[in-house]
Amino acid sequence: MQLARVIGTVVCAHKDSRLEGVPLLLVQPIRQDGSDVGRALVATDAAGAGTGERVFFVRGSEAAYPFHPTVVPTDASIIGIVDNWDV
Amino acid sequence: MLLGTVVGTVVSTQKHAKLHGAKLLLVQPESAAGAATPPALLAIDSVGAGMGERVLYVVEGKAAGEALGRKAAPVDAAIIGIVDAVTEG
Repeated sequence: MQLARVIGTVVCAHKDSRLEGVPLLLVQPIRQDGSDVGRALVATDAAGAGTGERVFFVRGSEAAYPFHPTVVPTDASIIGIVDNWDV
Repeated sequence: MLLGTVVGTVVSTQKHAKLHGAKLLLVQPESAAGAATPPALLAIDSVGAGMGERVLYVVEGKAAGEALGRKAAPVDAAIIGIVDAVTEG
């Protein structure tokens, strides 16, 4: 999993039917000091996150698990909102 | 499996139900020689690792889910060992 900051939302009127009702958020991966690292990506949201929040997300086929039994075609899912971290 | 050092702890109240009770640690990946290779990643801890400890971790969903002991858990990294020594050559 990786830490990230939600920097936006993505709206797709026309999409795979299994993505209906699933929020799509733009996330910017961050380092442990909070600075940006790498490219922003779009993730399905399974944690009820909002813009500006620090979150963590899972990559790969496991990103579909939160939406079980629907097999959502996603490769990145936000699975938690970070309260704080200590480094 | 990869080597890393635990560099932090993460607290999250609002998270997926399959992660409830799981300990989340920030792991700094490193080479066998011990050089850090940023960025740090977030891993489930299944062995009781602590800050500053060198650990062995998996970065693959099925293995991480096994370490957590829950089927179909949305995790992709888990600490599965605390390293005592690494010998090269």
